[in-house]
Amino acid sequence: MNVLEINHLAVELPVEGALRRVLHDVTLSIGPGEAVGLVGESGAGKSMASRAVIRLLPAGAVVHGDIRYSGDSVLAMDRAALRHFRTHDVAMVFQDPRAHINPVRTIGDFLLEALLERGERRDDARAAVIALLAAVGVSEPERRLRQFPHELSGGLLQRVMIAAALAVSPTLLLADEPTTALDVTTQSDVMVILDARRRERGLAMLFVTHDLELAAAVCDRIAVLYAGFLVEDAPAGDLHRNLRHPYTAGLLASRPDPVAPRPRLAAIPGRPLSAFEVGAGCAFAPRCAFAVERCHLERPELRALDAGRVACHRAEELAGQLALSPTPGGGE
Amino acid sequence: MWKVIGERAVSLVVTLLVASVGIYGALFLAPGNPATLLAGGHATPAVLAAIERTEHLNEPFFTRYWDWLVGVLHGNLGQSFVYREPVTTLLAGRVGNTVFLVLYAATLIIAGGVVLGLLAALDRRAGAAITVLTSVGLGIPSFVAAIALITVFSVKLGWFPVFGSGTDLLSQLWHLTLPAVALAISWTAYTAQLTKAAVREELGREHVETARSRGISRRHVILRHVLRNAMIPITTVSGLTVAGLIAGDVVVEQAFGINGLGSFLVQSTLQKDFASVQAVSLILVATFVIVNGLVDLWSLVLDPRLRAGRA
Repeated sequence: MNVLEINHLAVELPVEGALRRVLHDVTLSIGPGEAVGLVGESGAGKSMASRAVIRLLPAGAVVHGDIRYSGDSVLAMDRAALRHFRTHDVAMVFQDPRAHINPVRTIGDFLLEALLERGERRDDARAAVIALLAAVGVSEPERRLRQFPHELSGGLLQRVMIAAALAVSPTLLLADEPTTALDVTTQSDVMVILDARRRERGLAMLFVTHDLELAAAVCDRIAVLYAGFLVEDAPAGDLHRNLRHPYTAGLLASRPDPVAPRPRLAAIPGRPLSAFEVGAGCAFAPRCAFAVERCHLERPELRALDAGRVACHRAEELAGQLALSPTPGGGE
Repeated sequence: MWKVIGERAVSLVVTLLVASVGIYGALFLAPGNPATLLAGGHATPAVLAAIERTEHLNEPFFTRYWDWLVGVLHGNLGQSFVYREPVTTLLAGRVGNTVFLVLYAATLIIAGGVVLGLLAALDRRAGAAITVLTSVGLGIPSFVAAIALITVFSVKLGWFPVFGSGTDLLSQLWHLTLPAVALAISWTAYTAQLTKAAVREELGREHVETARSRGISRRHVILRHVLRNAMIPITTVSGLTVAGLIAGDVVVEQAFGINGLGSFLVQSTLQKDFASVQAVSLILVATFVIVNGLVDLWSLVLDPRLRAGRA
């Protein structure tokens, strides 16, 4: 059975009194031990999707569709079940450890809190946490427990957050841009540790990022989100060889190539739509170099293609035409 | 940490010194000659001169200030011109009432304000009611509250005495309840609004989101993360509340006929009893400065980031 199954998830948030759709249609599953990268631009709804999984949406949010953890509906959980789910089954690593760890309590308080909350003995919890800190590459773990967040660097603090997530021995790890707020030099260290510890423990992971290449490097599958729609879901290894969706191709092309730098960065023409701005047709159609009339009128369904799924009317026709170069005819 | 504490202590002493010069000097600017007052109004120049000599009134300002300061540091607050008694003796019987009243009011303010504010921030419906209540409460001056409370609870209902301060602890509690409430009303409203804002702000913080995502119970999230962090701004501002309490105390003691420092200050001022006014003023200012120093220390305890000297 899949660890996580998301079916036609849609989320609406109250903005100035009216409900605004921030997530349209996301269908996604994660198997045991599998890592899925959820990729998209800011505003595509990737953080919303990951927060919906743990029911961490802002007050007043309306959720449609279905989210299942090991077959149990997360949306239907009562308070006790939700607490059990959060304390035992799932853990989240947030983007900015400086903001996401209480600044006035010690690292020890932070690490132990979740374990004590579910009734573990303090001594056992402490020993477990010290071992974990060492495992994520934090030196002098015993001293760290007495320190405060402001005494640690961002990279170190993110390792603490990872240790805190691993401490509850979850089955599912949600990582929301875990390296985005860190220095470039520490980003890869933290990513390597997260990846290694996850594999070692066979955790399923939903890895939210705007960095397609990074996601492809650490994940088994990549799911691409655009303006609140899941537009493509493919094995990570397939992504470069077999492009299916014009948006994914554009994303890949617009990443600066460190080996053969181009004089000018490629960019997808137009501005990324927010989820609530989407019209009747394909959300990407206004910016797509391959859009035909049908794309503007009819919304493409997510359908199986090769080893993955894609939501594009012209996916079969375009096979082989999409290249890693900037979208043809898409200049300004 | 000790460095930070040392710095605060030094600035506290300097503040007190500057304040003492101000207090001692202010009375020199006041109209009227103390010698005339002591002589009873009709005195020959020779008598006035004699008085000025015995009371050291003709010496330079800083000499007299120094003598006074040394006396104060030795616990001698001077001699009351009016009562012909040491000021310390006069104060001894009155300090207790004022301390009791101010502590009583402070307890009401902190307990009431924090509870109301927390409730207002956490419960939408209670919040609306509390916001209206505190907005009204904020606008009630203590002398108006005093008159209203006396009218309702002392005169009409007869539950509390109209004036006086009581003798033993229980009767003190009974006598000082209405004065403490009168003194506390607007400050409780203020503290409640402040607490509400601070709690609301903390509720929206990312670290609170983390705590919720980890399945920490709502009670623990509120106590350990929301209220715990909101205590920092609440503590900072409650130091200022003390200044308001001291000013309000003078009014309330007059209104309820309480024999405390506040009413003594008013009487002494009316009678131009210089030494008494100086002594009470100094005590009030020192209390304010010291309480704020303690609040600063307490902030250091609450916020580890301040301990690093990054205040």
